[in-house]
Amino acid sequence: MAAAPVTAGPVPARRRSRGIPERRLANLMVTPSLLLIALVALYPVIYGVWVSMHQYSLITAGLSRWASPAGLGNYKEALQSSEFWDATRVTLIFTVASVVLETILGLAMALIMKEAFRGQGVVRTVVLVPWAVLTVVTAIMWKTIFDPNLGFVNQILGGNTVWLGEEPQALLVMIFADTWKTAPFMALLLLAGLQVIPSDIYEAAKVDGATTWQRFTRITLPLLTPALLVALIFRTMDALRAFDLPKVLTNGANGTTTLSLLSQRTFQENRLYGPGSAIAILTFILVMIVAFLYIRLVGGNLRGMTED
Amino acid sequence: MAATTVPVTAEKAATAKRAAPKAPGTPWWLWICVAAIVVFCLVPFYWLVNISLKTGPDLSSASIVPPNPTLENYKSIFQNSSFTRALGNSAIVSLTTTLIGVIVGSFAAYALARLKMRGKFIILGVVLSITTFPQIAIAAPLFRLWSQIGLYNTLIGLIIPYLTFALPLSIYILVSFFREIPKDLEEAALVDGATNFEAFRKVVVPLAAPGLATTAILTFIAAWNEFLLATTLTSSVTARTVPVAISQFTGSTEFEVPLGTQSAASVVISIPLIILVLLFQKRIVAGLTAGAVKG
Repeated sequence: MAAAPVTAGPVPARRRSRGIPERRLANLMVTPSLLLIALVALYPVIYGVWVSMHQYSLITAGLSRWASPAGLGNYKEALQSSEFWDATRVTLIFTVASVVLETILGLAMALIMKEAFRGQGVVRTVVLVPWAVLTVVTAIMWKTIFDPNLGFVNQILGGNTVWLGEEPQALLVMIFADTWKTAPFMALLLLAGLQVIPSDIYEAAKVDGATTWQRFTRITLPLLTPALLVALIFRTMDALRAFDLPKVLTNGANGTTTLSLLSQRTFQENRLYGPGSAIAILTFILVMIVAFLYIRLVGGNLRGMTED
Repeated sequence: MAATTVPVTAEKAATAKRAAPKAPGTPWWLWICVAAIVVFCLVPFYWLVNISLKTGPDLSSASIVPPNPTLENYKSIFQNSSFTRALGNSAIVSLTTTLIGVIVGSFAAYALARLKMRGKFIILGVVLSITTFPQIAIAAPLFRLWSQIGLYNTLIGLIIPYLTFALPLSIYILVSFFREIPKDLEEAALVDGATNFEAFRKVVVPLAAPGLATTAILTFIAAWNEFLLATTLTSSVTARTVPVAISQFTGSTEFEVPLGTQSAASVVISIPLIILVLLFQKRIVAGLTAGAVKG
């Protein structure tokens, strides 16, 4: 590791003569971050795995008892409970529905914002407002909007639905709130992607007689794919760990308990550390599986970032 | 809707953009779409402001404008010491997290962006994968661990786990900012006899100042917004942050949710963020899209 840098770049002689060798410096500069990440992220996760394999024991007043069988008792219990599968279903429905809605809406917004019009800068700022509003505030906001008395939704739609008090309406409100908060973020990512598509491609296609729809499906969409995939990964990972919205909107009532919320309720409110941790680890595994599937799709893009 | 908005003349659009706000032939449908975006983004926030100005019986009507606008709710939240304390806690936690995240992260980002080293791809992959971590996997064990070692319900007990998202976020954004700085300047410094680290400190850092500021803003917002860890690892006003405090405003009964004060508090804590957005719109967008479109 401490070897002198392999001669590269235009100034090899000088580089070798002064200061710490480049590779060693690189290691030194990366080490604090990696150590901190290991300490604050890796260690708790490993400890969490340990906790998830144990049961609370009244005798030692601690987590000394191995959760049988073979330490997987808490996992077995979780996988056999309807609560866990309900939460998984809610999490997946929420993720798919909100990500699809956000992508479509975000793409539409990006295509509009790409056009030239007076006040473009203002609109780009306005679009950042939902992104900047806290998730907790977003939840309170939509709670008031869907409130049967205070909100305007029932006024517009007629009827007197108690939105957050019914299933599946409560989940719908949650999906809607998430879409409001993150479609603009999606739009900005996609807008940046649209702006790097050279305009002469469109001109050429027009000369060749391509219709608006053809230009959209044959040029815009394929060239936008890298930006689209990155945006999709971010959003999917975020939606899979949804906690803030269901916690504040309904506290998980009426079919809105996500996996994160179920885990938190189990280990904090009910003090069942082992089972709660098991659900957290299962959530983690689900997220990793989805991330892995995505990375297989976009591995090339990630690699591109580290290359010169 | 999507199909009709494909640029009619992309080139014209591009030149018009360069020539700033001059767009003579804006079609009417575009204005409708733009108006729809603005309404979609702002009306919900307006509703929050509207509710926050209502008290008493007005709080059960859906009037579009408060019939008797009053600042009562705002007064009451600032007289509420647990809310003002939470504001202070949030500021301390978010600023400290941002500071550590950006400083430590900038070292790693520079090495990953510029220096020769083995396993760059793997390191960046690990860092990126941490950003996808479900916070719950950390919250559950920390809840127990912190109780045992006395970090439960403390500000430090929040700052430490906040680094799990602050560091990867900083590294990820800064890598792409550092890569945009022209190499010639560093190389000139190296020719003049500077070490690699001096080149980083004296040439790259000043040039990357806008990027560092952007990274700081984004990290700050992420920390200010955090809720799961904050609600799991705190139990009283000592360490409670603003999102938790607001979510725990209670009415006298389960069915009497104090939406008026909750809305007022929501407006108050959104204002710093909205000001940041107004001031740094371009930078925030650059930071959010960093790395996303270069693939």
